[in-house]
Parts: sequence; C-alpha cells; structure tokens
Amino acid sequence: MSAVIDSAAAERPFPRAELAREFRGFLPTECVLSTEEDLRPYECDGLSAYRRVPGLVVLPETITQAAQVLKICAARNIAVVARGAGTGLSGGALPLERGVLLSLAKFTHILDIDPLNRTATVEPGVRNAAITSAVALHGLYYAPDPSSQIACSIGGNVAENAGGVHCLKYGLTVHNVLGLKFLTMDGELISVGGKTLDTPGYDLLALMNGSEGMLGVIVEVTVKLLPKPERAQVVLAAFDNIEKAGEAVATIIASGFVPGGLEMMDNPTIRAAEDYLHAGYPVDAAAILLCELDGTNEEVSEGIGRVRELLQSEGATEVRTARDDAERLKFWAGRKAAFPAVGRISPDYYCMDGTIPRKHLGPVLRRIGELSREYGLPVANVFHAGDGNLHPLILYDANKPGELERTEELGGRILELCVEVGGTITGEHGVGMEKINQMCVQFSKEELTQFHALKGAFDPRGLLNPGKAVPTLVRCAEFGRMHVHGGQLKFPEIERF
Amino acid sequence: MREDVDLAKDLAEQVRAARGPLAIVGSGSKRFYSGTVHGTMLDVTGHRGIVEYEPTELVITARAGTSLKDIERALAEKGQMLAFEPPHFGDGATLGGTIACGFSGPRRPFAGSARDFVLGTRIVNGKGEVLCFGGKVMKNVAGYDISRLMAGSLGTLGVILDLSLKVLPCPAAETTLGFEESAANAIAKMNRWAGQPLPLSAAAHIGETLYVRLSGTESAVGAACKRLGGEVVENGELFWEEVREHQQVFFQGSEPLWRLSVPPATATLDLPGNWLIDWGGAQRWLVSGAPEANIRSVAAKAGGYATIFRNSSPACDSLTQLDPTTRTLQARIRQAFDPNGVFGGTGAAVAA
Repeated sequence: MSAVIDSAAAERPFPRAELAREFRGFLPTECVLSTEEDLRPYECDGLSAYRRVPGLVVLPETITQAAQVLKICAARNIAVVARGAGTGLSGGALPLERGVLLSLAKFTHILDIDPLNRTATVEPGVRNAAITSAVALHGLYYAPDPSSQIACSIGGNVAENAGGVHCLKYGLTVHNVLGLKFLTMDGELISVGGKTLDTPGYDLLALMNGSEGMLGVIVEVTVKLLPKPERAQVVLAAFDNIEKAGEAVATIIASGFVPGGLEMMDNPTIRAAEDYLHAGYPVDAAAILLCELDGTNEEVSEGIGRVRELLQSEGATEVRTARDDAERLKFWAGRKAAFPAVGRISPDYYCMDGTIPRKHLGPVLRRIGELSREYGLPVANVFHAGDGNLHPLILYDANKPGELERTEELGGRILELCVEVGGTITGEHGVGMEKINQMCVQFSKEELTQFHALKGAFDPRGLLNPGKAVPTLVRCAEFGRMHVHGGQLKFPEIERF
Repeated sequence: MREDVDLAKDLAEQVRAARGPLAIVGSGSKRFYSGTVHGTMLDVTGHRGIVEYEPTELVITARAGTSLKDIERALAEKGQMLAFEPPHFGDGATLGGTIACGFSGPRRPFAGSARDFVLGTRIVNGKGEVLCFGGKVMKNVAGYDISRLMAGSLGTLGVILDLSLKVLPCPAAETTLGFEESAANAIAKMNRWAGQPLPLSAAAHIGETLYVRLSGTESAVGAACKRLGGEVVENGELFWEEVREHQQVFFQGSEPLWRLSVPPATATLDLPGNWLIDWGGAQRWLVSGAPEANIRSVAAKAGGYATIFRNSSPACDSLTQLDPTTRTLQARIRQAFDPNGVFGGTGAAVAA
C-alpha cells in the first residue's frame, strides 16, 4: 500500500516508554505491549493491504482500566484506535504509529442471558457466533450473521453495523442492539438503553452503530434475541444468464415474500466454491441464487412451492430444494466460504462492498464486467442479492508491480458506479481507511462538515480513530478523481496540490 | 388532494432568514405531545408528494408534508405497508411528523420501530443547509447514521424534508385471538410466546383480556390459532387500530396519561391507576394521578423509563431522566446540528 498519512503525527517523539510505564501502573505487565515483535501482529485488521505498526498496544481487562487508559491519552493528547477481533474489511482498526491501540480482546464475558426478555448482555470481545451458542438451549439466537461470525466480535459488529446473509428479513446490527455502554475519549462512561425497546432522548444507539470507533469505545452490548425459526429450507436455482438471475431476485421480492436470505454467486465464484468445498453447485451456470425461507413449518412449505414456481417462470435452468438440513448447510457452506475459495484461485483478492437499488443489478453487473476487461483484472461476484449488497472480488497479484494500485483504482470505479445508480459505497464493511476517498464522491462539503460537527460533539479534539470514516475537506480536494456534477467540480474553493 | 410541490429551497431559505426560534409544524396532530409551541411557525405541509415508490425495491420516498394516509393508501394498492404501524393521532398526520415523533404501533416489538425503517433522509440543518444522509438501499454504512437519528428528535435537529422508508408486504392473513387473563398471567404468556417460533404481530392486555394477533400465510396463522386456543376476536383490524390511535375507552379520560417503556417481561408494576399493556409488555400505558417522582422511580427501578404522554404539561419530557453526562452529550449533538438554536420552538425539553 502506498504511504498512509498518519494524521496524528506531530514533531515531538512518541513517548512509548513513558506511556507504557504509566499504563503498567494499573495494568498487568502482559497487558501493555511495547516491543516491536509484540506490536507487529497488530499492524493491520482484515484488510491487510494497509499496515501500520501501532505506537503501543494496551489490553485492559475492566471498564475502569479502559477508562483510565483513555483519560491518560486524553490528558497527553494522544490518539487512540479501538480494536475488536480485527476482522474488519475496511481498515477501520488500522493503528497509528504515534497512537495507542486499545484492544478489547480481554472483554470476553457473557454477563447476562435473559430468556424471558429475550436479551443477552455481553462484553464487546464476545464472538458473534458465541452469543447464539450460549442462548441456543433457550431456543433463541442472535440474528445478524456476518460471514466472519465465528471470529468477529460483537463490539466490532456494533462499530461497523455489521450485516450478513439474513439482513433483509432480520435487519442489520443496529436493528438488533437494545443497549450499549461506551466510554468517551475523556474516559466517561455512557450507558444507553438496556432491555427496553426504546431510549429517552436522541437515539444514541442509531448513532453508535456503524460509527467505526470514531465516537466512543464500546464496552458492553445488550442484544435482542429471536426465537429460532421452526424450520429453514433453501432453494438453489441456476441461471444461464446473470441478468435473468437479477430479474428473478426482483420478482421474488415483488411477489410479497421476504426470504430469510437471498444470495447470488456468479460463475467464477461458483467454480471456486465448488472446487474448494464440493457443495454440489452446477459449475456451468452463469449464476446461482440461494433463497432461504424460514418460519413456521406451514409458512416454509407454502413458500418453497411458490418460490420454485417463480424461479422456473423466470427461466431458471435448474431448481433444487435442499432435501434435509445437512444439504441446506452444504448449500450455505459454499456461499459462506466463497471468499476463501476465491482466495485459492488468485494470489490476492480485493473485496468491495457497494449497495445498489436491486433494479440496477443487471446493468451494474454488466458494467463491472466491462471495467474488469478494461483493467485486465478478473472480478468474481458474490453478494447479498436480496439487499442489493454487492461484493465484487477483484483478483490480483500484489507481487506484480502496480497491480494493487490498478486494483484499488478499479475498486474505486466500481464504488463510484454504485453511487451513480443511487446506491452507496459501503453496505456493511464500513468506510474505515479504505473508502475514505469515495466518501468525497457520495457526500457534499456541507454533509461532510455535518459529520465532523457530530464527531466533535463526542470527541472535540478528534483523538478517537483520527483519519478514518469521514474525510477532511482538504483530503477530498486532493483526491484525484473527484466527482463532477453537471460539469461542476466539487470543492472548487479549496486549494489543492 | 393538494398538488405535489418541492419546497426544499424555500424552507431552507426560511431557516437561514430566521431571526428567532422556529417551530416546525405539520398538521399539528401530535401537538399534545410537544407541548406549547414557541417562536415562528415553519409549516412543512406544503412540501408534499410521493417522490418515488417501486414495490420491488421495498422502498418509498416521500416529502415530509405528505399525509400518512396518502402514503398508506399508495402502499396498500401494491399490497405493502409501513410495518411499524404508525399511530396517526389525527386525520392530517404527515410523514415528517410521524418520523420526527418516532411513534410506533402494536406491531413494533415484532416488526421494528419507526427508526428501524428509516433508510435515508434529506434535511435542512440549523444553518439552513440542505443535506442528504442514508439512501434508498437496505444496507448503508457510509457516514454516521443521521437518518435514523432524526427519528424521534422532535424537530430539534433539523427540518425533515424527505424520507426514504423500507416497506414490507402485507401479511396474507391476520387473526386476533382473545384470552381471559389477569395482567400478571398475560405478561408471562406474551413473553413465553414471543420466545417461540409463532407468527405473532401484536400482543396487548386490556381490562381482563389478553389480545394476540397472528400474521402470515393462511396456513401458518391457522396452525398457530389451533395451537394457542382462545377466542377469535371479530373485527381484529378495527380493534388494533383503536389501540394504536388511543381510541379505546381506556384513553378517554382527562387524567395524565403516562407511557412506561420497560423490559417486556417486567412483572405488574406497583403504581395506582389503570393500565393498558401493549408491545408484549414492553410499552405500558398508565392513567394515574400518582406523583411524577413516584412513577419515574418505579419505571427506573424496573430498568426502563416513564414519559408523560398526554394531559399534562410540560409534555415531551423524555430527557428529564437522563444522567447529567448523557444530557450534556445530547445537548452537544443538538448544537452540532443547530449551533444557533434556530429550532428551539418545539420539543424544547428534548435537549434543554
């Protein structure tokens, strides 16, 4: 990755030894990492193209300790980046060379399971899938299921407003969080909501979900639990044309169904997944759709019949219903492992995350194909079709000079295409470091200024995760390929290089 | 029907030209909640019309002054609905007022709240700038979620111009069942059922009866009816409309009406007065002349909070029970949108 500018950089040296000493005054020695070999593993999150060794890593074990860390940093004007499991795909937890990385990895306790109120209160380091495991005996589960659910932690899910394959029916993280405790940069503890369905005052839960570690450090989460559906069944449909598959998606939605999940994979992805996991996918299909229906036994039976009919009338070349739960899980396994499967066929891949109105699926996929040829870089498509959330995977080789740069440019073009058709640059992965330039395309100067003002209400000195999520106006002015509206250059009054 | 007009520029100009506090008003259907209006009226009812509605996208975009009735009619024609079942509280209720107040109806615990369905918005902030946040897609994490922040902000952060909302298909079948139950038993039953895979879409206790609504396919609703027993309530649709619109006899008095938001399985609360329990136990209406402090402390002890909803002043007091740190933060959020306090005319108590 080309040099990333550390915005917290100042002239004086980073007081590593001094800070470490101060932290060790109230933290066990092993909870403060300060040597190069200990710091190195924290240099990136799930987006490994961006790396930066942190100035210092601290792993507090209690809220009081975490608050103390923040107070010390605030007093010394030192920036802090919070980190959960480090599975994020947009570089949101990318550390600062002159900052403290605050890891929540030791916050792994499930504090309360309340089956009657259907809530679980957990520390932020608890893994997404661990919540469902812990409550399964009550017939309950936690709905949002990002593909990384066995590794990602709930604190990070909240910070990124994580999605998954069941969002259309069960919502994003923001729809499934009832309460939060977070620390401000000054180390003050704020408690919002709990087991109630709403909170007094402004909706801080809405703001904190997806705030990418910019507003506060999440230290406790209360999630909503749902009854496990009586039955879930999945239908696999093959198409000889990807646009037909796109139209079938619209037809299913229009028919009055809200499937539990509706996913699409294109041919390169089907082949990669099939080679990897032998899910039984038809490898000659141009695209497959996986449509899951869940609910009561009767609902699912009725739904499966209707969905099969719809898919056939939309021109599916083959429609298969999973015979049992084992086959259903096999169908999903191929989808959930699509990223690592693609990883096997290419030295590197770059995962995009744009969302578009579903009606544009066909044309946008065609355009992505054209861009792929223009840049000479293959693109595999796997995505949450029901939500219009695309995950084009650009296949490249980082060892070939210039290829990462071309990949990033192609990625940028794809995101800008999403904005052009009325969509967004990120559906569920967050802006982080990765899409910060595209924020200049999606938002006006006034809108970005409003974001900064809101950030200022929480963190007036900008010490939490600086340089991420919302670009400065200067950065936008310097961003090479600026969006042009009706011949008008954005930010014409701002000086640029 | 009045003509569709986009008055965004005009409204922004009025905000910029304001020399004192403005009070954003729609039809005034929820005036009882906002209390006294100070300052100059900023009428948004002229900014109206459905901008875009494509049923296959499950999204509707409309201007704030559009009447809720018009929106619900347009959706019903395509077999879709606003799944948070918003209360109108008056014939002219507008979409903007609905979201600014953030109220949700009986379907809320099962389908989601008003804010849950907000996908995007266009607003005028206190500086008179027209800003867009969110969008028309289901998933969008670019920037802070300002669209959802607008829900329930009572016109104190900005003028809502347009809203994009997620909509859902209407269920093919709905049946309401009634069961003779005490409040205590009803609370236990509602919560036990809510933890099971049943097609529930409403659960309330009124008088001595537990009412439960089931929604879904014919077969699913039929099977659930058989399993739960009880008596089928004729005119279920009208019944839930009366609950939603506060038209039940329970709501007709002139004593203060309190709304208690508590964890749903909370046992019956020890406060004098009459109760109507909705949202499967999570929203409890109390008609009572009991001292304010008493009601608030009982709600807080249960892990929730209480607000005066009707027949008292000052109304819309939802901030009064927040701790000082959170109050300060909320006031700073307000300042971030409205540095000069232009929107001081309504909902003053939100971040006073």
